Amino acid sequence: MSEAVEVKTLIIDDREVSGRRGQTILEVARENDIHIPTLCHLDGLSEVGACRLCLVEIKGNSKLLPACIATISEGMEVSTHTERLQKHRRTILELLFAERNHICSVCVANGNCELQALGQSQGLTHVRLPYRNPDLHVDASHERFTVDHNRCILCTRCVRVCAEIEGAHVWDVMGRGINSLVITDLNDPWGDSSCTRCGKCVQVCPTGALFDKSKVGAEHPKHPDFLPYLNMMREAQ
Amino acid sequence: MTIEELEQIAKSVLQENAKCDYEVNVCMDLACASQGADLLREALVKATEASGKKVLVRRTGCMGPCSSGPLVRVDPEEILYRRVNAGHADAIVNSLGKEPVAGLQCDLSEHFDKQVRVVLENAGHIDPEKIDDYISRDGYKALLTALTEMTPNGVIHRITESGLRGRGGGGYPTGLKWGTVAKAGGDVKYVVCNGDEGDPGAFMDRSVMEGDPHRIIEGMTIAAYAVGASKGFIYVRAEYPVAVSRLTTALREARRRGLLGNNLCGTTFSFDVEIRLGAGAFVCGEETALIASIEGRRGTPKPRPPYPAVSGLWGKPTLINNVETYANIAPIVRNGGKWFFNMGSERSKGTKVFALTGKITNTGLVEVPMGIKLWEIIDVIGGGVPGGHKLKAIQTGGPSGGCIPADMMGLGVSYDALMAAGSIMGSGGMIVMDDTSCMVNVARFFIEFCMTESCGKCIPCRAGTAQMYTLLTRICEGTATMDDLSLLEDLCSTVKEASLCGLGQTAPNPVLSTLKYFRNEYMEHIEHKRCPAGVCNMKAHVEALA
Repeated sequence: MSEAVEVKTLIIDDREVSGRRGQTILEVARENDIHIPTLCHLDGLSEVGACRLCLVEIKGNSKLLPACIATISEGMEVSTHTERLQKHRRTILELLFAERNHICSVCVANGNCELQALGQSQGLTHVRLPYRNPDLHVDASHERFTVDHNRCILCTRCVRVCAEIEGAHVWDVMGRGINSLVITDLNDPWGDSSCTRCGKCVQVCPTGALFDKSKVGAEHPKHPDFLPYLNMMREAQ
Repeated sequence: MTIEELEQIAKSVLQENAKCDYEVNVCMDLACASQGADLLREALVKATEASGKKVLVRRTGCMGPCSSGPLVRVDPEEILYRRVNAGHADAIVNSLGKEPVAGLQCDLSEHFDKQVRVVLENAGHIDPEKIDDYISRDGYKALLTALTEMTPNGVIHRITESGLRGRGGGGYPTGLKWGTVAKAGGDVKYVVCNGDEGDPGAFMDRSVMEGDPHRIIEGMTIAAYAVGASKGFIYVRAEYPVAVSRLTTALREARRRGLLGNNLCGTTFSFDVEIRLGAGAFVCGEETALIASIEGRRGTPKPRPPYPAVSGLWGKPTLINNVETYANIAPIVRNGGKWFFNMGSERSKGTKVFALTGKITNTGLVEVPMGIKLWEIIDVIGGGVPGGHKLKAIQTGGPSGGCIPADMMGLGVSYDALMAAGSIMGSGGMIVMDDTSCMVNVARFFIEFCMTESCGKCIPCRAGTAQMYTLLTRICEGTATMDDLSLLEDLCSTVKEASLCGLGQTAPNPVLSTLKYFRNEYMEHIEHKRCPAGVCNMKAHVEALA
């Protein structure tokens, strides 16, 4: 006998939708073709709620909640594209563009970059904030891949995919605040680390921070879509 | 341990003390210790031995007016001496039974009269390393009463009835929190004490941990009984070595007396406490980051819900309260909820400990009833602003709080009133500023603090505080434009609303509150390249002109 599935009905952007108990707002929205922008979220990885782009307004709650983590409840009224949310989303993207050195014209991910695509879809025409232009290094010690910290947005997808899917936990975060950096092992060069060379981190990286040395420019689309399938097959085993 | 045994211990301590004609209490808290209270105490012991008088020389926790230290109080006459050094020891001992030493005695009756001491009731009266001293002042009586006469629900009811709200800053009703953890399912639950006091200028929790550690252990044990936990953690920052050592001693003594461990007082209830050290990250005072740190992971916060009351340490229901909250528990259980409820203002009950610092005559620790007017704290208890300067503002709540201008000193201290004024109660830091402080510079200081203490997990806090710091630096250097100011206000709103945890959500408060009350100072900096208080160096602006 299968367990009874509890169905909840709610309203997202004036549309009546339904979902199973325990589903997140983001899952239900995507099932119903309601687009909520995300950056740190990736199907198949655990949620961290760090990029704050998927924040939504919930009627009766003065706080904004991340759609990737907040679960649905009966009768909930969710708004995903109010003026307030759009303003915060643009400011967050500006903060990201000004934080490090995102220069699309010389980036391997130009045209295949999630940050670039979000800037375009959110109507970001310019950045009002002063660019910080930090002096960050590029680690090309690995035989196949390179990490360019200037393009990293600290979404920690690489950290999560390495620990949760590959099981190697080579990547982690060092330092705090504006000085945070993703590192391999205990801040060893990537080439000398315990990396298994599986390349999953490169595939899930939303920007050009992690890239394959053998490919350039338009040849560099990334394929993070293998994750949900991989997870499903593992669970089936 | 039974109540009778407890009373027997208390009686024997009092009998022992009664053998002495005088008690000389020496404050050994950090401020006094750093000015030679150790040497003073040794000198006093030597002097009493030489004189042949029956005198008990006792080291105690913080007496309060730290700027007057080292402090010595002679009982039973209650004569307070200030700025005492080892050289004064003979004079003090000789004066016992005669006239007090001239020139050393100080009259701080105004300072003490307005205060109501609940949390600090033992401060200055007991030796923090002696459990029997604590027991002699009704210590552990509340715990035994709770264990032998009350049900867990009865304890929670009493806390709810008292109206106690969390003293860590948020002001969440303590009884409600306990009730939630008690109702949460599962056999394993935890009780955590948040002693990660990191606000600049705040030292309330340190003083309680150092001066009266058993009070915290008793509060935690009562909490554990009420919610059904068997394991507790005290999270203390490693920068408080004295607090750590006092707590370690206190835990050992409590176990030895059978007040911690298995089957307390012959009941089925068992409880023990471990100390965990923080490495000094401000964000680890945030409860989800604190939990991560105790678990041995990187101290970064997680989105709530789920709240720790449902899923906390290792995914189990966890009760997290601040040091001062636990310090209030024993008196409430002992004296009843009504007693506590009758103190304070309409929606904020009891007392609050403040660490009074900055441009004020009596720097130190004060405990005041809720609802007291700010001017009473500043002018009466604090003794006013020294040096003929004028009060400009007070800052409460540390980097999460805001500045309240001098013309609002009629405000009563409560969670809601401070919140409405754009600040917060916070954990109890109160920094007094006079006309020599530049409010833009003050805002920049706090934003710099938040920038360096941000964990870096979410973007609004990580990059937003850094950008705010850049813009505030421009204003302070005289190179900012009006566009920079509107950008700053935009950033405040995004960092406040979009950040993941409380650190980021409250980081803009110092900027927002100074913009609200001291906008003219910002305008002076931007439009006339002038710092009204004469603090900011406009060199960058001058160089740009040249």
